[in-house]
Amino acid sequence: MARSNKNATIIPGFGLTLGVTVVWLSALVLVPLVLLFVRTSALSWPKFVEIVTDERAVASYKLTLGCALVAASLNAVMGSIIAWTLVRVEFPGRRLLDAVVDLPFALPTAVSGIALTAVYSRNGWIGQALGFPVAFTPLGIMVALTFIGLPFVVRTLQPAIEDLDPGVEEAAGILGASRMQTFLRVIAPALLPSLITGFALAFSRALGEYGSVIFISGNMPLRTEITPLLIVTKLEQFDYAGATALGAVQLTASFLMLFSINLVQWWTARKTGVR
Amino acid sequence: MKWKVLLIGLTVLFLSLFLLVPLAAILVEALRKGAGAYVRALLDPDAMVAIRLTLLCASIAVVASVIFGICAAWAVTRFRFPGKSLLLTFIDLPFAVSPVVAGLLMVLVFGGQGWLGPLHLGVLFATPGIILATIFVSFPFVARELIPLMQEQGTEEEEAALLLGASGWQTFMRITLPKIKWGLLYGVILCSARAMGEFGAVSVVSGHIRGRTNTIPLHVEILYNEYNFVAAFAVASLLALLALATLGAKALLEWKLRRDAAAAQREAGA
Repeated sequence: MARSNKNATIIPGFGLTLGVTVVWLSALVLVPLVLLFVRTSALSWPKFVEIVTDERAVASYKLTLGCALVAASLNAVMGSIIAWTLVRVEFPGRRLLDAVVDLPFALPTAVSGIALTAVYSRNGWIGQALGFPVAFTPLGIMVALTFIGLPFVVRTLQPAIEDLDPGVEEAAGILGASRMQTFLRVIAPALLPSLITGFALAFSRALGEYGSVIFISGNMPLRTEITPLLIVTKLEQFDYAGATALGAVQLTASFLMLFSINLVQWWTARKTGVR
Repeated sequence: MKWKVLLIGLTVLFLSLFLLVPLAAILVEALRKGAGAYVRALLDPDAMVAIRLTLLCASIAVVASVIFGICAAWAVTRFRFPGKSLLLTFIDLPFAVSPVVAGLLMVLVFGGQGWLGPLHLGVLFATPGIILATIFVSFPFVARELIPLMQEQGTEEEEAALLLGASGWQTFMRITLPKIKWGLLYGVILCSARAMGEFGAVSVVSGHIRGRTNTIPLHVEILYNEYNFVAAFAVASLLALLALATLGAKALLEWKLRRDAAAAQREAGA
């Protein structure tokens, strides 16, 4: 453990390293972010309201939120099963599957987008077998967002499952708990904070996702147009005011998610007394 | 036993439907018209320009991420100061922000009506803008790997070196760097993968000038939208191979770290 002596330390470089860090973050992140809100506030209030409550914008919020929610929920369920299997069940090829889980992190979003579209379009490998259209419908957006969010849930849950002591489960069993009771009373409470964090991370990523969605969604205004795409469309039409206002909405959503995730982690740390 | 089979079945099915089948589809689609068409798509002059630009952006982004990462990790893990957790939140911010918003921020700063727009720096719709957008989305990777690592390692060895008369730079090069090299390498791998693959942010600032400001992912998009699927998937397969190499490197590093940890434990026990 780091054992820094209150404030006194003989280690040099505080001014230099903190200076570089702060200047860097200010120039690249802080100033542009402040600028976005300054630009937004330069719009008159009625104008801002008009832009962000426009029919097309509201349709895009509903679609983005809805699809992100479905995808993150599916990931929470399937991600839990996958994480449990990868940690607790021995089978040939487990290591390989474990490595593959990170694919959505490593694969560029545009590549994921065209690959998913090829597979889930009407004459794609899986699209053919399904018998109902997936690509170019909201369902396609959910597929892309599920793809992109899966590793968040699995990678957040895995360490928590590894930390579970199988002895505790055995003890519960010996003391007369049924499998269901052991799961609900012993396992689930221990994993819940990680599951919530993983869900929130996947949801947050899904809200802002662009590259993997735009190929499979078909991008029809009011029907399959996500908010990030609407921002890009406005930029391409040189509607900077519109793009800025929607950007502020999108950014506020990201901040709210970031805040909730920090809150969950703080709550967990307090409950378990570690940090 | 039944439970195990069910769990394994569900895992394999889900990972196949969402990850493995799409991955295989890239390679199959890329080779649909044979190896000749595949190679032609990669040797196309516009593709070559895109590859060069991507490599340039990624190398600059990696250097930026390393410099920032080492400075941030040193400041955060070696000293106490007020506002540290706020600083950590800001380091993570680029990952929380939609790539589209990241691009929008660059437009607001450097665009025609932007904050620095009147200076006509020629950043937007040109290589510098693409480099900046790439740096924005990828710079936290090294810091995020180094901070937990250096936190855990503590400062005792550095303090000993300094007390024995080493300079700050010597201490860093001879004591700290060897201890963090694998974490650093891992951060570099993640950073370069993201830098080469970034699409949303770069798409907003690039202006899509074919043969001039297209990176590999943007080139893939153009080919795809022109219904030139074989070429699009051929170029995309380059990025897919890169992703597989990233996963391989990650698995290798994790294996090595586990082995080192096990060896250290044995030594401590002996």
